[in-house]
Amino acid sequence: MSAARWAGGPAGGEVTVEQTERHPITTEADVVRVRQVVRGLAVTAKMSLVDQTKVVTAASELARNTLVYGGGGSMTVDIVHSGRRRGLRAVFVDSGPGIPDLDLALTDGWTSGSGLGLGLSGSRRLVDDFAIESSPGAGTTVRVVKWSR
Amino acid sequence: MDRIPILKMGNLLLVSIQVDLQDQLALALQDDLSERIVQTGARGVLIDISALEIVDSFIGRMLSTIASLSRLLDAETVVVGMRPAVAITLVELGLHMPGVRTALTLEHGLALLGAEVRVRLPEDESFDDLDADLTEAADPGASPGQAVSGRAPTGRPAPAEGAWTG
Ligand SMILES: Nc1ncnc2c1ncn2[C@@H]1O[C@H](COP(=O)(O)OP(=O)(O)OP(=O)(O)O)[C@@H](O)[C@H]1O
Ligand SMILES: [Mg+2]
Repeated sequence: MSAARWAGGPAGGEVTVEQTERHPITTEADVVRVRQVVRGLAVTAKMSLVDQTKVVTAASELARNTLVYGGGGSMTVDIVHSGRRRGLRAVFVDSGPGIPDLDLALTDGWTSGSGLGLGLSGSRRLVDDFAIESSPGAGTTVRVVKWSR
Repeated sequence: MDRIPILKMGNLLLVSIQVDLQDQLALALQDDLSERIVQTGARGVLIDISALEIVDSFIGRMLSTIASLSRLLDAETVVVGMRPAVAITLVELGLHMPGVRTALTLEHGLALLGAEVRVRLPEDESFDDLDADLTEAADPGASPGQAVSGRAPTGRPAPAEGAWTG
């Protein structure tokens, strides 16, 4: 995650990273702050208003999952460049119980609690790149990227 | 903890969400609104979300819950002022908000409520004759300026005198 380069650009090209920030997610106020931070960086990345709204909404969902199911964690966010394109990357990490069945968790409407079961599946639709890593007992990491159009 | 203010206007309750909602605040609004509906006998709830930059699954669920709760308490809810970018995002998120009626502006929201319930605004000229109006509402030639009742006039007993004021 701290690597300055990785091959994950929109056309598979090399990506460079700047303005990395890390924010704790341990309270509901942190979830609100995550939304504000992501909004600010989405503006910096010159995203359209609709894309800003999509990425902020996705971040809100993922931050709440980190807090509620992961027992707290953090978001690391940065501006990424690939060629002439700019985007925003956010990585949500917790060391909570993990997700036993990822396919199930990514199913629209599936929740282990009292939610709508839309956070993971919905935020996947709202971003361009979505990766999740989790196993029981080992915590959960979700990485999303949204490119400016 | 802060609360979101709920304003009473005639037999309507008005809420304008002006802050980036923490989850607890959203839950508190749910509780406060149901309490106020019962307390005031309100027939309609207007929720202005024009200041909200996003609606995520939590806030969407809150709006659905408010709509269902108020319906159980004999009031209609209309959500007004959703930003276009928020609407686009909600569709992609997959959030449907069953039972939530929406209108683009406060004026449209009021009109929508007026078609559903007998809206009473404080400046209504016939305000003082409320009880009389309710019992005579079967008269199709009801005085102009009154909201049209979308339900049978006997559908709800007239509230205790003075219930709409203050
Ligand atoms: N960080 C996490 N740690 C452990 N389990 C998680 C994590 N994130 C999600 N899950 C599991 O995946 C399920 C689906 O998550 P998702 O966000 O899609 O729905 P939800 O949070 O239950 O409801 P909603 O987000 O719509 O309010 C959750 O119910 C939970 O069981
Ligand atoms: Mg969720």
